[in-house]
Amino acid sequence: MRTFALAGNPNCGKTTLFNALTGSSAHVGNWPGVTVDKREGVYKGAGENVAIVDLPGIYSLSPYTPEEVISRNYILDEKPDGIINIVDATNLERNLYLTTQILECDVPVIIALNMMDEVKKSGDKIDVKAIEKTLGVPVVEISALRKTGIKELMQRAVSMPKQRKGETVLKDALHKQLETACAYYEAEGVASPLFHAVKLLENDEIEVKRKGADKVLKSAAADVDMEAVIADERYKYISGSLAGAKVKAQKDVLTKSDKIDKVLTHRVWAIPIFIVILFFIFHLTFSENLFYLNGFTEGQAWMPSLVELGLATEEDGPNNFGVEILAIFYDGAVFSPGVILTNFLNLFLDHISDGVVTLMGNGGAAEWATGLVGDGILGGIFAVLGFLPQILVLFLFFSILEDTGYMARIAFVLDRIFRRFGLSGRAFMPMIMGFGCSVPAAINTRTLADEKERTATIRVIPFFSCGAKLPILTAVAGGIVMAFGVGNADVITFCMYLLGICTAVVCVLLMRNTTLKGETPPFIMELPTYHAPSFKNLMLHLWDKTKHFVKKAFTIIFASTIIIWLFSHLSWDWHYLPDEEMQNSIIASVGMLLQPVFTPLGFGSQLGQFGWVFAVAAITGLIAKENVIATFTTLSICIMAYAGEGTEEGVEELAGIIQLITADAGISQREFVAALIAFIAFNMTTIPCFAACATAKAELAKGKFKWTLLFWLAVSYIVSAMVYTIGAYIWPLAIWFVVIALVVTFIVLRNIGKFDIMKIFKRRKSK
Amino acid sequence: MNKLLSDFTVGESGKIIKVGGEGRIRRRLFDMGVTPGAELTMRKKAPLGDPIEITLRGYELTLRKDEAACVEVELK
Repeated sequence: MRTFALAGNPNCGKTTLFNALTGSSAHVGNWPGVTVDKREGVYKGAGENVAIVDLPGIYSLSPYTPEEVISRNYILDEKPDGIINIVDATNLERNLYLTTQILECDVPVIIALNMMDEVKKSGDKIDVKAIEKTLGVPVVEISALRKTGIKELMQRAVSMPKQRKGETVLKDALHKQLETACAYYEAEGVASPLFHAVKLLENDEIEVKRKGADKVLKSAAADVDMEAVIADERYKYISGSLAGAKVKAQKDVLTKSDKIDKVLTHRVWAIPIFIVILFFIFHLTFSENLFYLNGFTEGQAWMPSLVELGLATEEDGPNNFGVEILAIFYDGAVFSPGVILTNFLNLFLDHISDGVVTLMGNGGAAEWATGLVGDGILGGIFAVLGFLPQILVLFLFFSILEDTGYMARIAFVLDRIFRRFGLSGRAFMPMIMGFGCSVPAAINTRTLADEKERTATIRVIPFFSCGAKLPILTAVAGGIVMAFGVGNADVITFCMYLLGICTAVVCVLLMRNTTLKGETPPFIMELPTYHAPSFKNLMLHLWDKTKHFVKKAFTIIFASTIIIWLFSHLSWDWHYLPDEEMQNSIIASVGMLLQPVFTPLGFGSQLGQFGWVFAVAAITGLIAKENVIATFTTLSICIMAYAGEGTEEGVEELAGIIQLITADAGISQREFVAALIAFIAFNMTTIPCFAACATAKAELAKGKFKWTLLFWLAVSYIVSAMVYTIGAYIWPLAIWFVVIALVVTFIVLRNIGKFDIMKIFKRRKSK
Repeated sequence: MNKLLSDFTVGESGKIIKVGGEGRIRRRLFDMGVTPGAELTMRKKAPLGDPIEITLRGYELTLRKDEAACVEVELK
């Protein structure tokens, strides 16, 4: 099977073309650099099957960012049968800069002129034939989004000659120098000698290291600023050869994109608008009081609940199926779309679960089997699946922000703030992606060229609470509100997100001033044109996410719920224990053993005989964060059966167990609320799930991973200890304050001792 | 009149004369089309005054003032 590689600038529609060619659901976004690893697929429409490799988006083949290195090495070492160079027709000049470099390699090249529909819409004209003639390789007009021209592109790609000799646009300007450099590489027997020769003249990091290369460079390019000359020549060639090929229409002074941009990056309004957008996203996803229709506080509430309307009773729930449906949308307040979808799915899952248990009971299944299936497997998995709608809604909003091009503007707006912490605005993207999932977020850090910035970013990504941690937040927050009737689940959730962000900021500051010191990396980035998000792309995003989540629910979580159920119903001598004797189970004794470790965090020994549930939940969370709530559900159903409370369902399990522990351990409400929030904080900031750890390990430089694990443990322990002690007693605030002051003073003194004190003083003055 | 890009005010445009800086930053500027001879227009400043946005070779590029200080431009 022949292999073709897709290469092109970031954000030129490469991944869209890849999807159109292979029918896969690879991730697409309107952010420079979303594809950060190469992906493969198969195109079947050209008579023969053709393998398609999607390379990361790059501006150049210089080896300064990891993506550039990946693409360059692929083209040079893997020797694909051809390169499909995608060129964004709306931005020909800069896109063809990369083309001029690709053409220097000894590989067949075909150019896919993408977004021609946009060009035509704006009234511009591009003479495709003229470009084809100038560049000497086939050029095909396509629209990846509308899937036009793709068949022709692939047919011409397949029928290209199998060999092609590299050509350069620099041959007139740098004839002599190139000859010298080429001779050197030809003598060395290197493939694509022309490409290497040009790169050597450009003073390329990799080429200069080659033995004997520096001598060649010196003789060929004595004292001339070749880097500038070459870049200049390339662009000169492009503008020269395009002069006849592109006809620009008379443009309005302001395009639509400019008008939108004027508002969204406004000097005064940009940041408030961003905050409002974030607030609405969270409100529409989580709020149980949509647009505050039912008033802002408890006192203003005027809408009657279903019980008050006489449609439901406290004991038996809704009177009939119709009310059950109504309860999805409304119960004392109108719900947000996220909550409505969640309720809908939960109603469905509850009925399945009930049905299965009833069926098994009627069929005469053993008590332990019904328990394992009903409480263990279905209970755990459904508890997790029930949160899928909210995760998807949140993810949908972030995908829209990404697809429209707004994310890049946020980086632009926030860069000044990020720089203060020694990062660039680009680090914002992986961080905000962290709200969805840490895995793609960690991979996305490859768009950061600076190694130290990358390490720092990867380490704090888990603090941006991911979708899987959301159930912990909503369930525990919901549990607090339900058990004590205090607070507001919305506000608690929002504050926990803020706490995560603050932790990340403090940690970045700390690292950039101690172990990861270095210059603030540059911020030179393209701002893509705004465009309406494509519905299909959005659905692909969501489908991808759903697949991933469901797969996880039925593999890792499925396995761990079974294991947890077994360990909680087996004693050390492998005897089955009914729910009532769970205190003697393996898991209980392990949990009790570990309980004292969590005492400073509030969810340790002080929670009494049932407190071990928290310890176990925190540990199972290391496998997958969804496990935390799955564990609670599995364990609490059993515990409550033991305590004679009767089984309850949904988020109420947590409320139930909270009430039970309060009564049992006799701790004050305030201490317990602090402990529960500390528990959320711990899970949010501790070692992330298996998948995220594996990705972090792969993305971090060698030897950094074990320190990263330790870092996560330390941070989560300290943060939740702070939350608990301050929340429960206030006075430890003074101690923490002193500790922080000491640490800051120490770091500052150390840094000053290392650098010249006058230099720092001067730097501050010059600012 | 020559001026550093970092000293531009919104709306000013000109032709690039020289690109300074070193190594990575310079390479990156070249790769993004910031080369001598290219024409650019300063579009706007970020709400906090930095970075800046310029139009260059038909697209929008953002860079910080520190990096813009490497670019010398002949005012139009």
